[in-house]
Amino acid sequence: MTQPINTWFVEHLGDCDIHSIWLNDHRPEHMPCLEIRRLDWAHAACEARRLGMRLVALWGAEAGCHDRDAHAMYAYMAFAHPEHRHTLLRTPLAAENPELPSISGHYIAACRMERHMQDMFGIHITDIPDPRPWIKHEHWPREAYPLRVDFDARPPLLAEAHGDYDYVRSGSEGVYEIPVGPVHAGIIEPGHFRFLAVGEHILNMEERLGYVHKGIERAMQSKSAEEGLKVASRISGDSTVAHAWAFAQACEYAGQIDVPRRASFIRAILCERERIANHIGDIGAVCNDAAFAFMLHQMHRLREDMARLHLELFGHRLLMNTLIPGGVLVDLGERAIGLLREQTLAIANEVEHLRAIYADHPSIQGRVIGSGMVPVEDAQDIGLLGYVGRASGHYPDERIEEAYAPYDELEVNVPQGKLGDVATRVWVRFEEIAESSRLISELLEKMPEGPIVANWLPPEPGVSGFAAIEGWRGEIAAWVRFGEGGQIDRCFVRDPSVINWLGLELAVREVPVPDFPLNNKSFNCSYSGNDL
Amino acid sequence: MNAFLIQFLQAVLLIVLAPLAAGFVATCKARLQNRRGGGVMQPWRNLRKLIAKEVVMAEHASWIFRFAPYVVFTATVMAASCVPAVLVNTPLSLTADVIALVALLALARFFLALAGMDIGTAFGGMGASREMTFSALAEPAMLMSVFVLSLSAHSTNLTTMINHALNAPLVLQPSLAFALAAMVMIAIAENGRIPIDNPTTHLELTMIHEAMILEYSGRHLALMEWAAMIKLLLFATLLIDLFLPWGMATDAGILALTLALALWVAKLFGLLLMLALAETGLAKMRLFEAPEYLSGAFVIAFLGLLTHYMLEVGA
Repeated sequence: MTQPINTWFVEHLGDCDIHSIWLNDHRPEHMPCLEIRRLDWAHAACEARRLGMRLVALWGAEAGCHDRDAHAMYAYMAFAHPEHRHTLLRTPLAAENPELPSISGHYIAACRMERHMQDMFGIHITDIPDPRPWIKHEHWPREAYPLRVDFDARPPLLAEAHGDYDYVRSGSEGVYEIPVGPVHAGIIEPGHFRFLAVGEHILNMEERLGYVHKGIERAMQSKSAEEGLKVASRISGDSTVAHAWAFAQACEYAGQIDVPRRASFIRAILCERERIANHIGDIGAVCNDAAFAFMLHQMHRLREDMARLHLELFGHRLLMNTLIPGGVLVDLGERAIGLLREQTLAIANEVEHLRAIYADHPSIQGRVIGSGMVPVEDAQDIGLLGYVGRASGHYPDERIEEAYAPYDELEVNVPQGKLGDVATRVWVRFEEIAESSRLISELLEKMPEGPIVANWLPPEPGVSGFAAIEGWRGEIAAWVRFGEGGQIDRCFVRDPSVINWLGLELAVREVPVPDFPLNNKSFNCSYSGNDL
Repeated sequence: MNAFLIQFLQAVLLIVLAPLAAGFVATCKARLQNRRGGGVMQPWRNLRKLIAKEVVMAEHASWIFRFAPYVVFTATVMAASCVPAVLVNTPLSLTADVIALVALLALARFFLALAGMDIGTAFGGMGASREMTFSALAEPAMLMSVFVLSLSAHSTNLTTMINHALNAPLVLQPSLAFALAAMVMIAIAENGRIPIDNPTTHLELTMIHEAMILEYSGRHLALMEWAAMIKLLLFATLLIDLFLPWGMATDAGILALTLALALWVAKLFGLLLMLALAETGLAKMRLFEAPEYLSGAFVIAFLGLLTHYMLEVGA
C-alpha cells in the first residue's frame, strides 16, 4: 500500500463549496470515502460530471456501528477519473421516509441503480426520470424492502402481489411488440426483451431483468470474509476469479493486509486466463449466432482444453474457490508453470490461426461489420466498460488506472476500437486474448518467490473497504463493511454488466430484428451479475 | 416387376431415406467442424423419441394448428411420390408435373404459415411473415428455372422432361447451367438451409421455418420435421432428375433398377456432401439480403431462358 493519499476530488468539492468530511474508517486512502450533505448530492454529481469522472456505482446501505445514528441509512456513489482514481461519496438519509435527489440527469447509468435503491431499500428518489420498479418484480409486495436489515426472509412467505410492468409502448398502427424470454429456446440466462418493431426494423428494445435476483448483498451479511468470498465468486459464474478478487481486495484494503507478491501474481494469471477463456467462448458464440458453426466448435475445443487444465491444476474448471482473503489457495510449482506457459501460448497461437479464417470469410464479415453501432459519445455518456467500451472509443481499464498489484509492474496495452460495431467488439476480444497471453507469459517469467497467503485478520468493526478490479467484462467494483467479530456487515458489488446492458439497448436501435442475437452475444452481459 | 409396386416402393424409399439424408448432412457437417456428430441415424432416433412423446397444445390453438402437421406431411409425401427417383416411366407419371409439384409444396407451406399464426405468438407470426415473403420470390424463380428445361422438352411433365434429356444427344446447353445455378439457390432457400435460414438455431428472433413450428411438440413436431427432411430429399432428387438423369431406369428390369438405385444414391451423396461443405463455409446472410439472393436466382433463371432462345433454338 504505497499509494499516495488521493485528495484530488476533495479539493475540487471544496472549490465549489461542497462541504465534505473525510471518513477515517474507510480504506484505502487512495480511494477515499467522503461524507457530504444530502442537499449537495446532485450538485456533487454534477461537478463530478464536469470534471470528466465516470459513475462507477450508486448504492444504499444501512448505518454501521461507527455511525452516529444506528438506524440511519446511507446512500453511496462512486466516481472514477482516468488519472485520479476512485472517490466514494456518501450522504446520510432520514430514518423515516428516506429521500434522495436523483442524479440521472448527470449520469444516464445512474437511473437503474436508483431504481434498484428505491426497490430494495425504499429510498424515495425524487425527480427520478423512470420511477418504475427494476429488480423487484410485480409479485413482491410494494412495502417489502428486501435489502433492509429488518426485512425477514424466513417463512411465513409474504403474500404475493400482482401487477403489470409498464413497458414502453407505441400507439402507432403497424408497430408490433415482440416479447422474448425470460425463457428462451436455447439454454441461456433468463432475461426479458420487449421489442417494438415495424416490419423487421427495431424501433425500440427494452430490457427487463431481475429474474435471477438472489439477494447476494443480504446473503453476505454475518458471514466471515472467507465465506463471503465464496459467495462473491459465485455472483457470475463466468467471472468467478474477477469477482472473488474484487471482493478479496476490498476486504484486504479494509483490513490493511499486504497480499504477498507471489499471491497477486497468481491472481493475475488466473484472472487473465479467465479473460482468455471467456473471450474465446464469446468469439465462437458470436460466429455461431450468424450460423458460422465451424468457429464455435473450434473455440469450444480450446476453451475445454483450458477448463481441463484448470481442473488439474486448481481443482475447478471455472477456477472457483482459488482465492482466499490474504492470498490464494494453490501455489504454482515448476510443472504447473510450465504447463500454463505452454498451453497459454499454444491457445493464443491457435486463436491467431482461427482469427485469420474469421477475417478471410466474407460471409461472416458481412454480418458483423457495421451491425449495432454504439457511437463514441454515447459510450462515454453511459460510461461503457470493458470490451464494449473499448470498441466504442471509451477505454477505462483498472489495470492501468488503478494499477493494483501486480499490474503496477506490468505494461498493459488496451486495444482501442472506435467504430463500436459487432466486428470491433470481436476485434477487441481477439486483441485482448493476444495481450492476456503475453501478460501471462510475463507474469510466469517474473513470478517472485515467497509465501502465497498473508495472515488474514479482520479489521475492527465499522471499517469499510473498496476495490476495483478489471474483470474480463470490465471493471468490477466491490465495497464491503465489517461488523462485530470480523463478520461482514454490509457489502455491495457492481458487475460491469449493470452499465453495459444500457449500451445494448442503444446498439440495436437501428438493427433488423434477426440481428439482435448477434448483437446481444457481442455484448454478452451477465444477467446474474446485474440482478445480484 | 410390377410398375405400381416400384412406384410405391420408390415413394416409401424417399420417405424412409429422408431422415438418413438429413443425418448424413449433419454428420458431414460435424466431421467438417472436427466433431464426431450424432451419426446418420440420429434424425430417426429423434423422430422415434418425438412420436413417443405427449403432445402439448397451445392454449389458443384451433383445429388449424392440430391439422396442419398432417396436411403438411401428406402434401410433402404426395409431392415426393410423384418425383421419379429410380424408374422414369411410372404409372403415375402423368401426375408428375412440375407445376403440380410446386402447388403441392405451396399447399404445405400455406398450412405451415397458418399454423404459425394460429397460436398467436409473436414468433409464429414473425416466421410466417418471413416465410411468405421469401416464398413469393422463390416460387416464381423455381418455375422459371424449370421452364428453361421445359422449353426444349416442350412439357412441364417430369417424366417427359427426363426422357427428353436421356434421349437427347450430348450437346452443350449453356441455358442448363443457368437453370442449374438458379435451381440450387432455390433449393437451399426452400429448405431453409444456410445462408438463408439455420435449421439448427436456438435463437427465436433469427428463425424462419423453426419459428413457425416452435409451439409444436410430440408427434406433431415429428411430422413437421419429417416433412422438412422429405422436402430436402425431394429437392435433391429433383435436381438429379432435371440435370443429372443419366443412369435412371426406363424399364422395370431388375438390373436396370439396381443400377439406377445405386447411381441415384451416389449422386445423392455427392449433392448432400456439397450442401454440407457449403453450410460449413458460409454464415447466414442478413435477412434483408435474402430477397436480393432470391431475385438473383430469378434473374439467373431468366438469363437461362434468354440463352436458350439465343443460342439453342434452331441450332
